[in-house]
This record gives sequence, structure tokens and C-alpha cells, in this order.
Amino acid sequence: MDKRIIYADNAATTKISEKALAAMLPWYTENFGNPSSIYGRARTARRGIEAARETVAKALGAAKPNEIYFTSGGTESDDWAIKGAAALQTTKKHIVISGIEHHAISETAHSLERFGFEVTELPVDSCGLVSVESLEKAMRPDTFLVSIMLANNEIGTIQPIKELCAVAKAHGALFHTDAVQAVGHIPVNVQELGVDMLSLSSHKFHGPQGVGAMYIRSGVRIANLIDGGGQERRRRSGTENVAAIVGMATALEEQTADWSRLPKLEALRDRLIKGLLEIPYTQQTGHPTRRLPTNASVVINGIEGEGIILGLDNCGIQASSGSACTSGSLDPSHVLLGIGLEHAVAHGSLRLSFGEETTEEDIDYIIASTKQVVERLRSMSPVWDSVNNKPLK
Amino acid sequence: MLYSDKVMDHFTNPRNVGEIPDANGVGMVGNAKCGDIMQMFLKIENDVIVDVKFKTFGCGAAIATSSMATELIKGVTVEEALKLTNAAVMEALDGLPPVKVHCSVLAEQAIRAALSDYYRRQGIDPVPIVGEIKEEEEHEMEE
Ligand SMILES: Cc1ncc(COP(=O)(O)O)c(C=O)c1O
Repeated sequence: MDKRIIYADNAATTKISEKALAAMLPWYTENFGNPSSIYGRARTARRGIEAARETVAKALGAAKPNEIYFTSGGTESDDWAIKGAAALQTTKKHIVISGIEHHAISETAHSLERFGFEVTELPVDSCGLVSVESLEKAMRPDTFLVSIMLANNEIGTIQPIKELCAVAKAHGALFHTDAVQAVGHIPVNVQELGVDMLSLSSHKFHGPQGVGAMYIRSGVRIANLIDGGGQERRRRSGTENVAAIVGMATALEEQTADWSRLPKLEALRDRLIKGLLEIPYTQQTGHPTRRLPTNASVVINGIEGEGIILGLDNCGIQASSGSACTSGSLDPSHVLLGIGLEHAVAHGSLRLSFGEETTEEDIDYIIASTKQVVERLRSMSPVWDSVNNKPLK
Repeated sequence: MLYSDKVMDHFTNPRNVGEIPDANGVGMVGNAKCGDIMQMFLKIENDVIVDVKFKTFGCGAAIATSSMATELIKGVTVEEALKLTNAAVMEALDGLPPVKVHCSVLAEQAIRAALSDYYRRQGIDPVPIVGEIKEEEEHEMEE
């Protein structure tokens, strides 16, 4: 087996596209004017931002470009949606989120508890799905916001956002979705989904890091998170990151222009999952079909996730895990516990998020390397019976 | 998180992996819930550790600290092995990230657990010599 270098951690961040990078450079070297100034060079920068806004709005199916606000990334958009909605409440104090949200949502929601807000975390089933019934039951007269992610970053499960959103609306609450993992990877249309707010992040779809956007439907009012000079139509201050905004729009346009790649990606994903499941005592995490096209995630019994990641790194494969050792705490990720895995099983988690450039040969190399690494780690494990290839009990 | 080259070397090429069928001191610490379990096998003759092997379930640091700990006690007397501290294991590995210090503690405990077993097999109460190995630190298979 010839060694390859395979980047399979695109859910963490992606390589910037050549087109996006090329589109960014002139905004540093020539059109570097402050978009708020009035001379020609500044007006050019302003036009660059507005063109990017149109591109992003179109890619998301927004009714108007003015529904798009540029931010510093997914985390800021998530914080803004929750804190901004909460800040305008006078009587309502209840927020509903799912139990498998990214920390940008869960930590933010819980941070409001010290101001008297209450947070309900909806449970998910073993595939990571939130049910419409559980949301219906969780809604209270004082629920003002529901925030449920479109696609999960660890297990790739795609939620029934349209249906969940309809429940929130029927109860008079705003609906926000963290679509950071979905935008640029599957078709996302804000009007079809019916959401009031949606977060996205450029570096997850081959744009630059440190820039993102929030879709806020016309007429939806939330308080500002960042006050200052009044940029972004007075709703998000700070001199715009023009080059990054243009780079993001270029990458998004590229990623959403043509979805014909999806069947090929899904076939690669399913080949990868099938190959990994040939390892005895391994199970898939996330939904079998309602999942991101480039996410393959499993838990492998008898080993610890960080060991697999380091072992795969030695094979040239960059991947990730939700094990305790990689999360920096003593517990495995809340997502893996949320889908009902026991601690001891969740420690063996492996997530491979491959990309458009990944080939079938790469997939087969990942499978073969994972098998090799797992076999080595299991042979060293005091809880594994290597003779019979099963867990010791 | 940054591992030293030594940690990576001991993770990639761990020394003394395996079991000793006729070991006369065996100890296991940690538990699957926390994600780290270490098992140490000692072969002791005339108070000298003539052979040592380990098996570890855990992260890169858990494997590297077990491996280094075996290197440090191979060929030394029981008395010297009892003096091995987690700090010495860490130092030998050129340090560990702060969140991984507990792995080196576990390696020290694994050796102490194996030495306790060695004394127990000879009808000697290990507690005054080795100290208390706390019950919950010993691995429970039912976990
Ligand atoms: C689901 C989800 N939400 C939010 C974020 C945060 O986005 P950013 O890195 O742009 O702050 C991420 C990325 O880590 C994510 O995967």
C-alpha cells in the first residue's frame, strides 16, 4: 500500500478554493478602500460587498440581498441569533435547542440562564434526529426562540428543519438554524425551509476563515450583538472584511452552482462506511440516509479515538474523533452521548469528512489504513481479546 | 495540543507491549468509562524486575506513558521501581500537555498495582510498602 496524504477533516475546516483565493487578492492590493469612505476606491469596495451579498442571497434562495448580514463566522452568527433574540424579550424567557447543537449554540443559550432565561434541550433518537412531536411538547407560551441545527458536525445527521420550523411558527416563536455544516454541501433554501434566521461559515465550504453570514428574514427583529460605527445597515458594526466577504461569496457560488456531484459523493461515503463496518464491533453513528454526503462516522469498540487519529496521521490521513481525549475533557462529546452511546463505546469514535477531490482509491486506502491501525491498537488493549477478536468481558 | 517527538515515538513504536504468561506481578488501573486502562505484567527474580510488559487502552499519551514507564523500570530493583513517579515518566517523554498529565499518574499507579500484586502473592501485605491503591482506580471488568 503506497502512502497517500488524504485530508479527511473537512468538517473542521476546508482548503480555500483557488478561485476564491484569486478573487480575494485585488481587495488587498488595489481596492483596499474602507467601504464607508466616499472616494472611488472606497465605492469600489462597497460595490464588492454588495455584489457578494447578492451572490450569497441568491445561493440561499433569500427574497432580498438585504436579508444577508456579514459576520466574523459561524460562532458570531450563532451568538447573535440567540443573544439578539433574547435581548428584546420583555416577558418571554424560554429557548428550545437540540441536545446535539454545536457549542456556539448550546454554550450561548445556557449563558443566558444567569439572566433568568430557561433552556430546554430536545433529546435526539439513536440516529441523531429531533422529532417534531418532542418539539411540539417542549413549546411553552413563553418560548420565543427555537434553534436547531440543519446538519450535525460530528455525525452528519440532517434534521427535518421545515417541519420543526412550522411547529415553532405555530407557537409564535422565532426559528433559527445553524446551517454551518450544510451550506455549500447540500442545497439549502431559506424560503423553502421557512426559517427566520440561518448561520453559515465560509471556511466550511472552501472560503477563507474568519468570515460568515447570517440570514435574517425581513421583518425579523433582533438586537445587535456588536455596536459601533453602524456598518451592515446599523446591525453589525465593524469595518467589513471585504476580501474575505468576496472570497466567501465566490466559494459559495462555486459550491452551489451545480449539485450533480452529490450522487458520486454519497456513493463514496457509503463505500467508506461499508468498509469501516467490516471491522468487527463497529457501528455507524448518525442517520443511515439523512446525512451529509461527505460525512462518515463510526464508533469502534476496544480502542480510544485519539489513538486512531494519531495512527491514521502516521498513515497520512487527517481525521477527527469525539472521544474524551480529543475533546480535552473527561467526557466524550455530548453528541455521541446524546445518541445514547455509553461512555466506553463513545471513546472509540472516528469521523472522516472527505471532500470533492477524494477518489475511490483514497477511500479504499482510508479503509485499509483504519483496519490496520485498529488491529494494532486492539492488540495492545487489555480489554480486547485478540485471539477471538472480540471485547473481553 | 502538541505532543513531543518522544511521545509520538513511544506511541508509534511502543516498547514492551504484550503479556508475560508467567508474570508474578500483574496490575490493572483505570476504567473504560474514562477512556484509559493500563495493565502491567512484571517478572521479578531476586527482587529485580527482569521483564515487564504492558497493555493499554487509551489515547496517545496513555500508550506513550505506559511504554516509557516500562522502559524506566526494566532491570531495576523493586525498591527502585517503587520510587518511580509520574513526574519522572513525563520528564523522560520531554513533557506532556497539561490535559494529559493524568496519563502519567495512571502509569505510575499501574506499576504500583502490579507490585502490590507481587507482594500479595508472597503473602505480604502490600499496603505499608506500596501504599493504598484506591479501589475505584482498579479496573472493574463489569464496567
Ligand atoms: C455546526 C457548527 N456550528 C458552528 C461552528 C462555528 O463556526 P466558526 O468556526 O465559523 O466560528 C461550526 C464549526 O466549527 C460548526 O460545525
